[in-house]
Formats: sequence, structure tokens, C-alpha cells
Amino acid sequence: MRVRRLAAWTALPLAVTLGLAACGSGGDGGSGGSGTSAVSIQIAEPKHLVPTNTTETSGAQVLTGLFSPLVDYDAQNKPYEVAAESVTSSDNKVWTIKLKDGFTFHNGEKVKSDNYINAWNYGAYAPNGQDSNYFFEKIAGYADLQGKAPKAKEMSGLKKVDDLTFTVTLSDPYIDFKTVLGYTAFYPVPDAAFSAPGVLKDSYEQAPIGQGPFKMKGTWQHDSKIDVERYDAYPGEKPKVKDIEFRIYQQLTAAYADVLADNLDVLPTIPSESLSTAPSDLGDRYKTSPMSSFQFLAFPTFDKDYSNPDVRKAISMAIDRDEITKSVFKGSQQPARSFVSPVLPGYRDNTAGAAGEFNPTEAKKLYQAAGGPSKIVISYNGDGGHKDWVDATVNQLKANLGVDAVGSAEPKFADLLTKVEKKQPVGMFRMAWVMDYPTMEDYLGPLYTTNGSSNYYGYSNPDFDRLVKEGSAAKTQDEAIAKYQQAEDILAKDMPVIPLRFGENVFGTSSKVKNVQMDLFQRVNLIKIEAAN
Amino acid sequence: MFRYILRRLLQMVLAFFGTTLIVYALTFAGQGDPIQALAGERPVTPAQRAYLTEKYHLDATGVGGFFYRYFDYVKNLLKGNLGESLTGRNIGDILQQAWPVTVRLALIALAVAIIFGVSAGVIAGIRRASIFDNSTLVLTLLVLGIPTIVLAPLAQYFLGVKWQLFPPTAGSDPTLYALLLPGIVLGSLSLATALRLTRASVAENLRADYVRTARSKGLVKRRIVVVHVLRNSLIPVVTFLGVELGNLMSGAIITEGVFNIPGVGFNLFRGIRTEDGPLVVGIVSVLVVVYLVSNLVVDVLYAVLDPRIRYE
Repeated sequence: MRVRRLAAWTALPLAVTLGLAACGSGGDGGSGGSGTSAVSIQIAEPKHLVPTNTTETSGAQVLTGLFSPLVDYDAQNKPYEVAAESVTSSDNKVWTIKLKDGFTFHNGEKVKSDNYINAWNYGAYAPNGQDSNYFFEKIAGYADLQGKAPKAKEMSGLKKVDDLTFTVTLSDPYIDFKTVLGYTAFYPVPDAAFSAPGVLKDSYEQAPIGQGPFKMKGTWQHDSKIDVERYDAYPGEKPKVKDIEFRIYQQLTAAYADVLADNLDVLPTIPSESLSTAPSDLGDRYKTSPMSSFQFLAFPTFDKDYSNPDVRKAISMAIDRDEITKSVFKGSQQPARSFVSPVLPGYRDNTAGAAGEFNPTEAKKLYQAAGGPSKIVISYNGDGGHKDWVDATVNQLKANLGVDAVGSAEPKFADLLTKVEKKQPVGMFRMAWVMDYPTMEDYLGPLYTTNGSSNYYGYSNPDFDRLVKEGSAAKTQDEAIAKYQQAEDILAKDMPVIPLRFGENVFGTSSKVKNVQMDLFQRVNLIKIEAAN
Repeated sequence: MFRYILRRLLQMVLAFFGTTLIVYALTFAGQGDPIQALAGERPVTPAQRAYLTEKYHLDATGVGGFFYRYFDYVKNLLKGNLGESLTGRNIGDILQQAWPVTVRLALIALAVAIIFGVSAGVIAGIRRASIFDNSTLVLTLLVLGIPTIVLAPLAQYFLGVKWQLFPPTAGSDPTLYALLLPGIVLGSLSLATALRLTRASVAENLRADYVRTARSKGLVKRRIVVVHVLRNSLIPVVTFLGVELGNLMSGAIITEGVFNIPGVGFNLFRGIRTEDGPLVVGIVSVLVVVYLVSNLVVDVLYAVLDPRIRYE
């Protein structure tokens, strides 16, 4: 009797276990070996999938499949028309955008100029809290949509001409506006997305309707995957694959294991811990291509220790970039001695001049003459795999300048920024930049102009601000680039930051796909990718 | 017995609100700049900042602001609304997706610990100093000495990538087969502890008076072990396993990350990383309930296992 009761008690949890484990495993969530032909691409969980609210790579990667941009960039990074028939302006201030006929949204709606105007107004209207809000700041009337209770709901600079034509008036002439239009924030949104004028449905981003080569299959499976399939009515270049699964991974290392086992087709970023073994692990499935990221060390120029440009140059001279890119990054990044990425029109080598050359003896002399601080601190965020290169840099500074140097980790980048904004002493701090659109202005403006959105180091030089402004307002591209280059020369004199490295796409593919191309924004080209049979 | 359970359930309500208050206070105190944490390394636009601050009352700071936000949270909680995470997702939905897979994972881990841990522990306890006993001793010490952060990637690499016995990652809606490997990895630590506990307990009880009595009565050895010894030896093991169930659910952060399972551990980690107070509190609240219930079940099981224990 007792025995049986005891047996029942011990059997109960087991029965429950097996019952639970056996039920509810419907689909095959990420376990490979399935018979589907969907090409799988690793992403992280996107924050949002509304075009004007998507600023990170994962969300942008999904949107490139669902939407077709007005312009895209050719091999020289010059814009060419995709969804636009033409983008023209006589004075760089009033731009006329003609749309190609034949584009339809995935719900059958024809794409009209209103779809662009409504989407951009929605993005620029501050109370909507859209992350890409500031991309519209050059359009006339943008200021009226800002603040807690804006004066207007629509920008005065957007005017509909007819169903396929609209004009954009800017507040100042801006030569690169056509280039900017390739950015995610400038996609159109269908009428079906709005529940009332200016009110986007909450459900829209669960299954975004676009006018691109792929349409949603089902809804966004949070933390799991996003499935898309080829949209047959797409008038542009047809994709080579029918289905794509954007598989969401919490950790790159897990995705790396899947690529090795042929369970995942494209891993756009190889995790840093596997960089050294990846070439041999993956063989010819290991690939690299140019990318726009720029890693640098910033100075708190408001801190008197670092306010002298000579101190900053001396520190730059004491860093052996070649050594660090070789030993720490195994060649997956390139040494940087300029302030803009080599992928851009207008890039020049070694604009930092002598300050970019490794020269320990000169560095020490200059450092002592300029009276640099006796202790150098480099702050970084501990959650981004930066420890190795910071430690290497710190050791070089110790050896070459004869000072005490330490790396100091903050838990997150946000914590680091908070400290910098409060002007707490953090020493030098690491930063990185990935461009939004390929112009020099996208590097110079936000990072170094006095009111730049990412100018955290208090750098301000009226001449520099003037040159960047003149460059944007230039009549021709050549004139603009000349102005931007002059501005860059000022940076070389002032050294508000030390350029360290330019990044590359380092990615892995399975044996089931071929022709995997990645662009400068770390996105996989979904049109070109093919299944290998 | 019934009155005892009722009393315990009433205590649970108090414990539940106490813990949510403490956890909410902790996340509140540790909150730096959640909006920047959400944006990662990008600058946050003033428009976005104003919008999120307004929406989540992030401008309510200090003691007054804390109670304002906490009562706001509790008010919604009583309506069955767990609130929204900073990315605008309903926390109820997040938990709904995260819990089932974590529960399955934890139960597989627990089953592994029970089936292999307890049975091997009994054998080792009966045959002290045998080859089996010594080899399990070495093995369990080895397992206890390797942290999950090493064990999980190794298991994934060798069993998943190199020999392809298991899928390397499980995903959000895995088959039982895909969950086996992470379950075994997660359960291995509990297995080792359960084995050591059972062995010690069985060895001790084998020397007890009632076993000698049973032997002299001429009972067969199997019956002595299964009915008398095992039943008394399970008390410490059951205690351990009860607490371990909660640990397995909350402590699966590393295992869930390595095998790409978007469960509770991962969400808890994400909530802490992005300073998402409501998300952390939501998950911890459910974890608290799991702990409380499993503790109660353990206490009731005592009475079943040992007739001398009676509750009033």
C-alpha cells in the first residue's frame, strides 16, 4: 500500500515533465535539417519595424527586404534611382521627386506621392517619438513639428504635385539630399497603415506592408524569427530566392555554431571570440567586404588634462595601430589615419598626418613638452568585447609615453555617455560610427560640429562649422567635397578624436547559399543572394 | 493539512507583494538612463526622449516618484496588466512566449537530475567504495568544477557542430529532441548535487537501526532499499530539488543564451541590461510564485515521505 503511494508521488513529477515536454512543439523553431528552402539570415531582435523608427542594423536589414528605397548606391557610392524615376533640383533647395509607375504595396495599393508625404510627416512629428525624427530636419517646416505641442502636423516643405510627383523644399540648399533619400527613414507607408490621418496603427509593425521585393509571411515572431516571401508584383529586379527567414539570435556565438553546422545560411557578423579560428573553421565560407564603421578614441576636450591638441597628438603617435589590428583583430579591421571612411567619395589617406604615424620617441618628447597628464584613463563599455584592444592600447601608452595608463570598463555604453554628459572625469573614451548614407558630411556633421548630435566631447571650432555648412550648401559635388576636405584638415590640426580603425564586414555563410553580398551598412543584399544547388 | 496549506497560501500573497516592492525599488535605484540604454550607442533624439519619458513617467524620480510609479504599476497589475517594456511590447505577451519554453527546459533538466542523479546516488550509496562509487565521485566533482559558461559551449561544439548528434541551437519553439542537449547541460549541475546528496543520505540510513531490524526480520534487500531506506533518504534530495526548480528557471541565462532559447533567463538578462524595470519585476514576480509553490510542495511531500511529520 505504502509502496504504491510512494511510487505514485515520485512518478507524478516525471509524468508531468514528459507530458509538458512533449506537447506544444509545433513548428521547427530554428532546429535545422528541415526541408524548407528558406534562406536563413541572422539578425538580433529589432526594436521597431516602422521605417521612421528603425535605426539599428537588424531592423534595417528586414526593412530592406520589405521596402524599396527611392535611391540606392552604386559601386562608387553615388546614388542611383530605384523607386524614383528621377530626383532633380536646379538650386539644391527645391527638389522634385518623380516616382516610377508600377510600384504597388503588398496589399495591392498603388504607391502614390501621398504615401511618402504622410510617412515623412509622421516621422518628423515629435510627439510620435520616432527614432529617425532628425533625418527630416533639413526639410522646410520641420521646426513647426517639434516640441511638446507642435504648431503643425505637416511640414510646409512637402508638396504634392500629382499622384507620382512631389516636391521637397529644404530650409537651406543641401547638395547631398538625393544621397540621403536612400536611408531607411524615407520609405513610403501605405494608407492601410494609418487608422486616422497621422495616427499609425499599433499593429502595423507586427506585419509591415511595404512596396519592396519581399512581403511578410505571417507576423513578426518576437525573439524568434521574421519570415518573408517574394512579392511577385514587384516591378524592379527580381530576387533569386523565394523565401527568407530572418532568424533572431540573442548571441552571435550561438549563430556561429549554427553556421558551422550548416543550420544557418548567413551570419553577417562573426563574433569577436571566433575571429581567430573562423577562417580555418569556415574555409571558403568565410568572407570579408568593405564596411563603413569607424572606431575612434574621443577626448573630453573640456577636461584641462586633454585640452591641449599637442597632448592629443602625442597620444595618437604613441599608438601602434598596425600592431593592434593584426594581433587583436586578426586583420578583420584596418588601421585608420583619417577622419572619414575609405568607402566615401572624397576620402584621402593619412589626413591625420604626422599624428597618425607611430613614432614613440617623438610622441614622448611632444607629450612631455605639452605637459600631458601623468595618468591616462581609457573608458569603454564592458558589454561590447572592447577589453582586448583597450588593454593593448593602454599597454602601448604605458610603454611609449612612460605614464601610468589604465582601461576602465563601464557596464554599458549608456552609463559611459551619462558620465561624459555630466562632465565626470572618465579620461578618454571609445566611440564608433557607422554611416547612415555615404557622404563625408554624415561623418563630419554629427560628430564634430558644435551642435552635432553625437559630439560628446565638447569640441567646437567656428571655422570647421562654417566649412561643413558651406560644403552642404555647395553648388556642385566637387565643390562640396573640397569644402569637406578643408574641414577634415582642421580636425587633423585640432585632433578632437584619435582615429583608430576602419571596420570591415566579416561574415560567414553556409554551403547552401552563394553570391552573398554585404553592403556598407552591414546588410545582406537580398536581391543577389542565391541558393546553391 | 488543509488549514496548513491555506495558511501558507495567504502568506504567499504577502511575500509576493513584498518581493515586487523590493525588486521594483532595486531596479528603480539602479536605473541610470534607460532611454540611452535602449538606443545602445546611438544618440537619442530629443523627440524620442520626450516621448518615452512621458509614456513611462521616467521623470518621476526620488522617493515620491518611486511610490507614484510603484503604485501605478501595482494598480495595473491588479487589473492583470503587466505594463509595456520600453520597446512598446506588452510584457504579458513577452512572458507568455518566454515561460513555456523555459518551463519545458527546466523540467527536462529536473527529470535528468532525478532519473540519473537519484538512481546513481542510490547505487553509489549501497556499494560504497566500489568502482562505480569512486568513478561517480570523480565525475560529479568534475561536473561541479566546470562552470556552465564553459560546459555549454563545449557541449554545443562537440555534440552539435562536430558530431552533429543534436541541433546546435534550439530556438523559440523547439522539439523535445532539440531541447535535450540544453536540458542535459542545464541539469548536469543539479544531477551532480542530487547524486552526492542521495549517496550520503542512503549511506547514512543504511546504518540506521530500523534497517538492521528489517534485515533481522529477513526482508529481501531490494525491499529494504526501496521501501525503507529510499523513502527516508529522499527528504534532503526533495528539499534540494524543490529549490532547484526555481534556480533552473531563473538561472538558465547562460544555457539559454548559448542554445538561443528566448526564455525567462534571457529576458531577465535583457531587462536588466536595458534597465527595463517593469520587465524585470514582471519576470521576478512569476519566479517568486514558482519558488513559493515549489517550497510548499516540498513541505507537503515531507509528510508523504515521513509519516512522523504532520502539519496542523
